[in-house]
Amino acid sequence: MSAATNPVSQAVVWLNDPLNWTNPGGILDRLGEHVSMSAAAVLLGCLVAWPLGLWLGHIGRGGGLVVLVSNLTLAVPTLALLTILPLTFLGFGRPAVVLALAVFAVPPLLANAYTGVRQVDPQTREAARGMGMTGVQVLRRVELPLAVPYLAAGFRTAAVQVVATAALATFVNGGGLGEIIRFGFGLSIAVGGGQILAGGLLVAGLAVSVELLFALVERLVTPRPLRRARRRAGRRAADAVAGS
Amino acid sequence: MSFRLSYRADPGNPWFSWQYVRDNSDTVLDALREHATLTLRAVLIAALIAVPLAVLAYWFRPLTGPILALTGVLYTVPSLALFAFVAPYLGIGVATVLSVVVLYALLVIVRNTVAGLNQVPAEVREAAEGMGYGRWGRLVRIELPLALPGILTGLRLATVSTVALVTVGVVIGRGGLGQIIFAGFQNNLYKAQIMTGTLLCVLLALVLDLLLVGAGRLLTPWLRGRTG
Repeated sequence: MSAATNPVSQAVVWLNDPLNWTNPGGILDRLGEHVSMSAAAVLLGCLVAWPLGLWLGHIGRGGGLVVLVSNLTLAVPTLALLTILPLTFLGFGRPAVVLALAVFAVPPLLANAYTGVRQVDPQTREAARGMGMTGVQVLRRVELPLAVPYLAAGFRTAAVQVVATAALATFVNGGGLGEIIRFGFGLSIAVGGGQILAGGLLVAGLAVSVELLFALVERLVTPRPLRRARRRAGRRAADAVAGS
Repeated sequence: MSFRLSYRADPGNPWFSWQYVRDNSDTVLDALREHATLTLRAVLIAALIAVPLAVLAYWFRPLTGPILALTGVLYTVPSLALFAFVAPYLGIGVATVLSVVVLYALLVIVRNTVAGLNQVPAEVREAAEGMGYGRWGRLVRIELPLALPGILTGLRLATVSTVALVTVGVVIGRGGLGQIIFAGFQNNLYKAQIMTGTLLCVLLALVLDLLLVGAGRLLTPWLRGRTG
């Protein structure tokens, strides 16, 4: 057997086998699982983090809570959360995995929602109050629209992070593209080296494409005159997360 | 011999058990030691590479953009994918885990060090220049000390996330405490084992973080009055 010994050419061979794409449990199946569980997790994260973050920003309290949440999730290993949640009432399967991923989506969503509302010019808020708006109206018609660039930045960070983290779902047999890598390691490096490398390329490619896709969407939906200002806002929002 | 089919109804699977810790103290301590040494080595190596890189980015402004962009792109690459990229070449061993976690820690430290250096006020830099400091003297005596808070933030973030990241090493059987967690998962979902691994992970992160905070307070006496 004179198969290529170089992992890169092995990976190319592996990726060029159509059966590796279309078989049950092949790349297409795994990609579908990966994307669907990531989407569910980000959605769940948004449903929890956005209302909470916007509200905390509105009342101007809870900055400490936002920092605490992001520090805590930084310290808890993904693997631990993925293994612990199925032991609770959630039981085994997709819901536990999605919930674990959603937990890791919360910090960027929460921090950006909070910062987005806090950065609204106090004079704007006062003017809104002076016009007779109630607290809820100020939040919905003034603060929320002005926080949109921050929400978008948080969404993008969270989506990329969840897609990256979803690769680890394979440790609890949760499916996703990570399975390809783990099965490759199961075959030993000499045999599965190509598959490992190919799996890595697929996982990394998906994460980078999600990042690029959202960057493009963000750019397309932003009217031209606003682009420069929004880019600055996005950068500031990213700093707010990184610096917490 | 009786097989227990329903583990959840079984009172023999508590969330925590000293019995487990006592009976397996050797394995647990070994894992803890491996985890701690891996983390410390990784952060140390990362810092030794990251700080000079950040200084380079600080001295030669045109390099800042590319260096930060590269670290940003690398940060998008999932950890498992990095393991997949490195393992075929470095094999199954500590070297693979170490290089992956070093790469992540590196990114965090570079970003925060650049931010810290950029926060040095221009007047301070000019004053130092006026006092006759050269480029190196200024860096060592003025700019790096003033950038210490930024560097320390980077070190703290890097340390805490490295502790969490090492567990991904289970994919090649070198996950430190992750090995304990994963073994508990495979061991018919033995909760006490999983929780022991998890708690030790979080504790390790907390202890290392506190140590760094303490070191930071010792190294920056001039900030103490301000924060307290």
